[in-house]
Amino acid sequence: MVAAFLSVLFDGVAYGSLLFVISVGMSVTMGLMSFINLAHGAFAMFGGYVAIALMKRAGVPFAATLPAVMIAMALAGAVAERSLYRWVSRTRPLDQVLFTIGLAFIATASATYVWGPSQQNIALPAVLTGQVHVGGLDLGAYRLFLIAVVVVITAVLHALVARTRFGAQLRAAVDNPHAAAGLGIPVDRVFTISFALGSGLAGLGGALGIDVLGLDPTFPFKFMVYFLVVVVVGGEGSILGSAAAAVALGVFDVVGKYYIPSVGGFLIYGLMVVLLLVFPHGLFRIRK
Amino acid sequence: MTESPEPAASAASPEPRPAPMLPTDRWRLADSLLWLAPVVAYVGFPHHRVLGSQVIITAVFALSLDLVLGYAGIVSLGHAAFFGLGAYTAALLAVHGWGEPLTGLVCAGAIAAVAGYATSFLVVRGRALAQLMITLGVGLLFLEAATKAAVVTGGIDGLPDVPMWRVLGLFRFDIAGNTAYVYSLVVAFGAFLVIKRIIHSPFGLSLRAIREGARRMPALGAPVGRRLVAAFTIGAGLAGVAGGLLAQTTQFVGLDVLDFQRSAAVTIMVSLGGTGRLYGAFVGAGLFMLMQDYLARQSPEYWQLWIGLLLVAVVLFARGGVLGGFDAVRAWLARRPR
Repeated sequence: MVAAFLSVLFDGVAYGSLLFVISVGMSVTMGLMSFINLAHGAFAMFGGYVAIALMKRAGVPFAATLPAVMIAMALAGAVAERSLYRWVSRTRPLDQVLFTIGLAFIATASATYVWGPSQQNIALPAVLTGQVHVGGLDLGAYRLFLIAVVVVITAVLHALVARTRFGAQLRAAVDNPHAAAGLGIPVDRVFTISFALGSGLAGLGGALGIDVLGLDPTFPFKFMVYFLVVVVVGGEGSILGSAAAAVALGVFDVVGKYYIPSVGGFLIYGLMVVLLLVFPHGLFRIRK
Repeated sequence: MTESPEPAASAASPEPRPAPMLPTDRWRLADSLLWLAPVVAYVGFPHHRVLGSQVIITAVFALSLDLVLGYAGIVSLGHAAFFGLGAYTAALLAVHGWGEPLTGLVCAGAIAAVAGYATSFLVVRGRALAQLMITLGVGLLFLEAATKAAVVTGGIDGLPDVPMWRVLGLFRFDIAGNTAYVYSLVVAFGAFLVIKRIIHSPFGLSLRAIREGARRMPALGAPVGRRLVAAFTIGAGLAGVAGGLLAQTTQFVGLDVLDFQRSAAVTIMVSLGGTGRLYGAFVGAGLFMLMQDYLARQSPEYWQLWIGLLLVAVVLFARGGVLGGFDAVRAWLARRPR
């Protein structure tokens, strides 16, 4: 009983870790520019597809695909930010939402065109399959690996934001972009770099998540609400806040679906509405 | 005391400037000509009456969103919730023995309006971003509810073969869509008259004023929250009527009436036609539906690609929609030295 609960809890933590890796970039861009990027999940989806293409077509080992995917999606993110997002970065929220939903639709259609509408699967290396016995519990090796990767990423990101010069610029720009620009901080470049980094992480999360979240062309829409909730709860621009929110959400969702399956998506959508009601203004810090 | 201008609002209002006095509600020749178009289409395209009725129903739905989004300035990504609620209300009434269309439609509108009233308090509090998320969440909750309550809604299978009685006891819903077309058109015309009356009333004018500067309106003594609640409720009710029309005329209702794609599509239509322009909803819905019909027949699986491209194009090139483009051309012609 307790063991079963603990392993469900463990699954929830692994699931939440993935949500964190994917959505942390969205949280930063929302904090920096109050920019709503509903197409953020598309980067995760393409990351997953690139990983599968690399492994199946080019025979690249799983461990090597992960950094490759991250770099590829970061580059894609930088290009998209410079070319597409630039056009709408200062328009009203509705325009941004319509524009980015449009991009998500285009991404879904292109993925259907290239890879077909079906679920993709991935052949994990033997080391990561099967179970690991830890203190009387059977834990999935892959989920353990996921959590380890995410812990490392979180630590690195936190150090990046809290300790480096770039991190200081980022924090200043999130707090007040106008004042930061006045002090000579290149807010535009900070934005592009963080957008690229966020897209790269989303791609990495998509590649890591093929086995857990699944991968098909509807991915950007299927998980949109989850990413939004992470951003909303965690507070934008906060690495540790997003991590905590994502893990809590993952646990909440997995435990909820396991013990009360009839509730389904209610919990998560209801949670989003309630949270938005409790913090109607403070969440996104819309600056005037 | 001077108001600090809101950069986001002033940069993004290509809508026409507010009229200096209460706008007239007069019926013009242009109105008659525009309403002649669906009549001509009925006569001219006898084989496309089913599609025609769908266009009209979608236009009613778009009109309901235009009141909410275009006039009151409430951004919504979950408007299909009320459309779907109306559709299920009308269908369930008929399935459980009351297939009278007109009263069914009234019930559909009333139930959707009640739901709109209840949710409006969640929606009108926040700013644009929070509104978007809350409406999105509400829409998804409705869809989830309909999916789970399969005993009532039929779940994924939907409710096929909804038994509808004759309209006014006279006109049977036929396979060619003749009754559906005329019935939808009459309802659409009625809805148009009501919305036209509303937006030209002091109440409608105050909605536009709230859209332009919500922070200034309390200074004039306007109860901003109450006005927005009223607008959202009316919009939800009309969306319910549109949903009821769809369920009655197609005699089928499925989960797609509550789909996120439907909410997104209706927002596209209103933006495409031009927000806050009354006829924008009709132009946008017409263009969108005809495009959808044509493109979906070419390659149904890539329809999403076209929606995506359309969205991007509307945002980038047509902020005022098609009618906004007309106005811009007319203004340019008027400015030109003769």
